[in-house]
Amino acid sequence: MKKKKIYPMYFLIIPIVLYVVFFLLPSILGIAYSFTDWNSRSMDSVKFVGLDNYIEIFTSDKNYISGILNTLKFTVVSNIVKLIPALFLAILLSEKLKGKGIYRTLLYMPSILPFVIIGIIFTSVLNYNNGLLNIVLEALHLDFAKQKWLSELSVVWKSIYGVDAWRGIGYVMTIFIAGLSTIPRSYYEAAQIDGANFWQRLRYITIPMLSSAVMINLVFGITYGLKVFDIVYVLTKGGPGHATEVITTYSYQLYSNGQYGLSTALNTVLLVVTAVIGVFVVKKMSKQEVQQ
Amino acid sequence: MKVKTKALSAVKHLIMILLCLVVVVPFYMVFINSFKSRPEAARMSLSLPTEWVFSNYTEVIKKGKLVRGFLNSLTYAGVSTFIGVMGSAMASFVMSRRRTRINNFLYYFVLCGLFFPVNYVTLVKVLSVFQLTNTKAGIIITFTSAMIPFCVFTIRNFISSVPVEMDEAAVIDGAGPLSLFFKVIMPMLKPTVVTCFILQFMSVWSDFLTPLYLSSKSSLAPMTMAVYQFFGKNQQYWNYVFADIILTCIPVIIVYLLGQKYIIGGLTAGAVKE
Repeated sequence: MKKKKIYPMYFLIIPIVLYVVFFLLPSILGIAYSFTDWNSRSMDSVKFVGLDNYIEIFTSDKNYISGILNTLKFTVVSNIVKLIPALFLAILLSEKLKGKGIYRTLLYMPSILPFVIIGIIFTSVLNYNNGLLNIVLEALHLDFAKQKWLSELSVVWKSIYGVDAWRGIGYVMTIFIAGLSTIPRSYYEAAQIDGANFWQRLRYITIPMLSSAVMINLVFGITYGLKVFDIVYVLTKGGPGHATEVITTYSYQLYSNGQYGLSTALNTVLLVVTAVIGVFVVKKMSKQEVQQ
Repeated sequence: MKVKTKALSAVKHLIMILLCLVVVVPFYMVFINSFKSRPEAARMSLSLPTEWVFSNYTEVIKKGKLVRGFLNSLTYAGVSTFIGVMGSAMASFVMSRRRTRINNFLYYFVLCGLFFPVNYVTLVKVLSVFQLTNTKAGIIITFTSAMIPFCVFTIRNFISSVPVEMDEAAVIDGAGPLSLFFKVIMPMLKPTVVTCFILQFMSVWSDFLTPLYLSSKSSLAPMTMAVYQFFGKNQQYWNYVFADIILTCIPVIIVYLLGQKYIIGGLTAGAVKE
């Protein structure tokens, strides 16, 4: 059989061209423009300015660095906050339990809704005077726990993590449940006979056998965390002050101000971070494929 | 022993019910308050409305430009997902069957897009070269391009499990590449293609950042954008905002309930591999 004839290369044209022109090219142009003074007034006469934009990002008093650090912090914390509870929930819902189908469906539901919607719902829930959360705390006589959830510097990040977990835990949990379903029951029975307790079973059977589910959750979670925008933008707009600003919110703000060069420089920082992580993961995946 | 297991399962149920309440109560709050009058809704309580105000909905459909938003969202999600998934399926087919050096390179080259962030600032510039800024076509192309890595990744993995003998038999029967793909391969790919379609449809529907950068004209705004703008202008009218939220959620929830089987299957396909 002539492979060339039945598997023609023109099948590849549409996706590859679109991907290259409208996905990759902007990223590459972004790197190029990050060394220029491109802005809303300089439309056609863009000047090369060397590393000025990067110097601005890393030395100015505008706190871009805190935006970068916030992005990294969000990526780490939001994943921990979701992955660990989700694992326990998945274990709980993999055992015999009446009505677990309903529990699964309900817990998964928030992750299908747009972030904008969730952001608006929680602007209401976290409202200081009438919001649901403070009302419930009051009803439970826990008045001391009441907070200005979205405007108090010390709790605003916790609110964001909370909302993010509220949306994302069901998704992570669903992937873990699928992973758990592939572990043979006999492993646990053998462990039980040997007298292994819950933690030992978790440590020596569940977690090692779940490696590919953990991997998928981490890859999705990390790429999501680094690119996070919607939830922060809708809940706090980066405030109070610039306390919850992340790379993407700064980048959008600079774009709206017409400081395109600086905005792409910030995007390029993000690109470099994700590229390093991405290359690592793709290498790992291609190695797995070779082994198969 | 028996008492102990019973107590344990009661505790488990208690935990799950509490968690489900945490998920459901905010939805209930939004739903019930969407039928209240303005001052009553501003208190955001969980009690039933003293007077059911159904006109909140008709009002919000008019004021919030929801019909236009709905049609825009449907166009963006429908067209971009159709082109994206079909194109990716064709490409994945060739990449999977002809593992030449170029094709393997292209596969990993496309896969990098799973991680890279889109640079919207320069994307706007690229679109302007093609005179696609502030057009529906520009937004659709952006969505299509962004979903290609995910679709190629998912579909190519699946094609490996479709036996090559199918191709050979079809070719012997005189099928060309197009009829081979659409008549023989495509039906076999249905589960994964449907999954990709639903997942991508929902993610385009939910997307907010793309229209934020690409549509300065409000006539191009999809539903998420319409809701957000409406919320910005009517923060004092929680009754309308809540009704708006309910109307925006309904299409996604319908798609979720119809395609639940495929969504969960697709999400978990990677987790159970090996």
